[in-house]
Amino acid sequence: MRVVIIGNGVTGVSAALSIRRLQPDWEIIMISGESSFHYSRPALMYIFMGHMSYKDTKPYEDSFWQKNRIDLVRGWVTEIDVAGKKLIMHEKDPIAFDKLLLATGSKSNKFGWPGQDLGGVQGFYNLMDIRLLYENVKGARSAVIVGGGLIGIELAEMLHSRNIHVTFLVRESSYWTNVLPIEESQMINRVILEQGIDLRLSTELKEIVGNDSGRVRGVVTNREEFIEAQVVGLTAGVSPNIALAKASGIQTGRGVLVDWSFRTNIPDVFAAGDCAEIITEGEQRNLIQQVWYTGKSQGKVAGEVMAGKESVYDPGIWYNSAKFFDLEYQTYGTVRNVSVEGESNFYWEHPDGSRSVRIVTRGGAVCGINIMGLRYSHRVCERWVAEKRSLEYVLDNLAEANFDPEFYEKCEEQIIREIKKQAA
Amino acid sequence: MEQRTINYDFDEELLGFEEPEKAPEEPLGTARKLSLAVLGFGILMFALQAMGMPLSGSWTGFLLAFLPVLFGTVFYFYIDFKGTVPGIKHDNIYFRGITSKGALGWLVGVVFTGFYIALYWFPEYLSGGIKIVNPLSVALSGSPANNWFFYGFLYTLAVLIFGVRMFMKYRHNRYQKIRTASVMFFQLGFAFLIPNILMLFNQPEFYLSYFWPLKYDYLFPGTVSYLVNHPGGLGMFLIFWGAVMSFIATPLLTYYFGKRWYCSWVCGCGGLAETMGDPWRQLSDKSKKSWRIERWVVHSILVFIVVTTVLLWINSATSGSVFGESSMSLKKWYGFYIGAIFSGVIGVGFYPIMGTRVWCRFGCPMAAVLGIFQRYLSRFRITTNGGQCMSCGNCSTYCEMGIDVRAYAQKGENIVRASCVGCGVCSAVCPRGVLKLENGGTFKDRFSGSDKPLGALIDSLKHV
Repeated sequence: MRVVIIGNGVTGVSAALSIRRLQPDWEIIMISGESSFHYSRPALMYIFMGHMSYKDTKPYEDSFWQKNRIDLVRGWVTEIDVAGKKLIMHEKDPIAFDKLLLATGSKSNKFGWPGQDLGGVQGFYNLMDIRLLYENVKGARSAVIVGGGLIGIELAEMLHSRNIHVTFLVRESSYWTNVLPIEESQMINRVILEQGIDLRLSTELKEIVGNDSGRVRGVVTNREEFIEAQVVGLTAGVSPNIALAKASGIQTGRGVLVDWSFRTNIPDVFAAGDCAEIITEGEQRNLIQQVWYTGKSQGKVAGEVMAGKESVYDPGIWYNSAKFFDLEYQTYGTVRNVSVEGESNFYWEHPDGSRSVRIVTRGGAVCGINIMGLRYSHRVCERWVAEKRSLEYVLDNLAEANFDPEFYEKCEEQIIREIKKQAA
Repeated sequence: MEQRTINYDFDEELLGFEEPEKAPEEPLGTARKLSLAVLGFGILMFALQAMGMPLSGSWTGFLLAFLPVLFGTVFYFYIDFKGTVPGIKHDNIYFRGITSKGALGWLVGVVFTGFYIALYWFPEYLSGGIKIVNPLSVALSGSPANNWFFYGFLYTLAVLIFGVRMFMKYRHNRYQKIRTASVMFFQLGFAFLIPNILMLFNQPEFYLSYFWPLKYDYLFPGTVSYLVNHPGGLGMFLIFWGAVMSFIATPLLTYYFGKRWYCSWVCGCGGLAETMGDPWRQLSDKSKKSWRIERWVVHSILVFIVVTTVLLWINSATSGSVFGESSMSLKKWYGFYIGAIFSGVIGVGFYPIMGTRVWCRFGCPMAAVLGIFQRYLSRFRITTNGGQCMSCGNCSTYCEMGIDVRAYAQKGENIVRASCVGCGVCSAVCPRGVLKLENGGTFKDRFSGSDKPLGALIDSLKHV
């Protein structure tokens, strides 16, 4: 039995390892055109800023793959021959498969802006992009970043570390406020400004302007303002990378359409991670998840299913984390950016504006927690949400969740006092 | 498929990632220039005196050389970090030659190594410098400076100056601030002032912060009989202190706090690594292979020390009739190869090449003992925060002991490793709040998948 995995990101790797655990004798081939070995995509920024070398970003030693008999192939798959069960490769012999996993990840969104294909304009997602960025920063003095999400702020930090003046265009009235409540969002606005980034809120890109040699020289905003830039980062989100699947007759929607066990419409062909769109019965929208953690757990389940185990993906209680320059953020459960009926928000912010905790309740039970500038325990917060604990219970046990390093200022007393005041 | 994608054939393994181009920086501000000028003046004064300027050997000469060095450097670090937002400041570490084994790094390594070679085998080359610190030596210990006093003085100065750098770099992190204050305190007080002042009062030069088996000769028969025969009660107290610290305090404190109570809070070797060594901590080797070498070498050295100590005692009890001179030659062999070459020349000299904890990791017998306790009988562990790890590798990169922290964190396992010195930097650099140093309520609940320390012991033996 030969399993082939397209993509060596966290989903592909996680699937490969779970297949190996269940099927010690199967042949496993993992294909990537991007890199010879699996590396941690979230660490790309640290390579560019000089915090880490490329080899530091590889989560496993090179010998690991051979030891686990996972054959790595460097190359691009150009076509999937679904009927003939083989992959057509660019400048390489075709690879036959018995079972196939698509773990092709995402691609950066481009919304048809005028000038989006000029030289110096790019997204930021993979090693190709970082090499391109190396080219694009040559001689650059200023940059414009379009799109106020997680990748945008990372790219801003990276360019800022090369002393390039960054103008950050955010369509919303505050950074990432389509996800974060306004208080947390404003806290990040302050962090961005404090770093010396020119943050332009409620500002949209209208046009990217090039020079005679086809390179970007600036952008025009919806306020008809021209901003000079030699680099333009398009970071308005990502969407599933489905071109390969689509061209090969595998059913796609926004992503590769799969069931909750990651089966596509073609027998023995699976898809998981960023590229997958899980078909959801009923009124809810189909599920597309594009963060590290979901890629890891989707890959695990997909691998189990491929290896013959009955396994169904359970998204569980949502969690995520990020770091905005020096400000850490963690979230557990459901916290909406605007309060909806039936939900109550309780919010504490440190007097110096550097830390905050938000607890959201629904029907008397805690359903979500946002933490900025502090560290809270995943296991504890998840348990509270899963067990539908009351606000009172959570406050009584708040210290248990603290995951800050030793000797850090403990804010729990303040938090409890403030939130009790709000609850009364 | 996009043309750009299909054409992409960059070999990241072979070519790696060089420094991206940087937009021109603002020139150094006046304050920075001034502090560098002050530092330069101090170094010039030192060099001139070392070459025979008449002031050498006077208080004026001493202060003219070292006050500018102290204030120039401290002021430089202060303004260098003050202009930044508090947080992890690791930009450019892999682009600067001095911190990434470039030409400058090798040069500093050669200078450090050369200094140690001179210190151990050719102290006459240091006579210029020794003369400059003479007034301080006379004032503290009542005796003229020698190469060891000169070394101790420079060592302490480095810990203090770079301790200030650590305060600035980690001013957002109370664990790092308190820990840095601790190593500065123990280096200045216990490893420099007290031993010298003891000599002033005609007492034995004794380092209260070093114990057997690191200071291996503190429990050798020769040292013990010297201290016993020393007039006054202090000698007896020092033997008592050394024995209590080695055999009672070491296991007890390690049980409660892990080996960090010593290695990254008290010890001078650790103190230098944690202060002056900080810019080089990422150079430690993280491979499984180096972990295997580490376990073999460090435990062999521990066995060697224990055997030598036992032999020396048997020899002394039998007046040399059993082993004759052989136990003495073991002692000399150890002093030369381990004490001098390993801990000095390689341990510090190779900071810019092999990272800062080469000695602590591969050589120190004290670390080996503490490590055995920490691994099997300690409440200390680093816990990981559920599923929040995204395998970026900052923790492993900045682990000075070469522990692949990420290997545990990405599986959500506790990190219970003999070598961990508990510096807390993995936790500090983690961008997702995953790692936490903890002293748990018991040592039994540390091992993932097993609450039986004996099971863990057997498991770990399988990997040897």
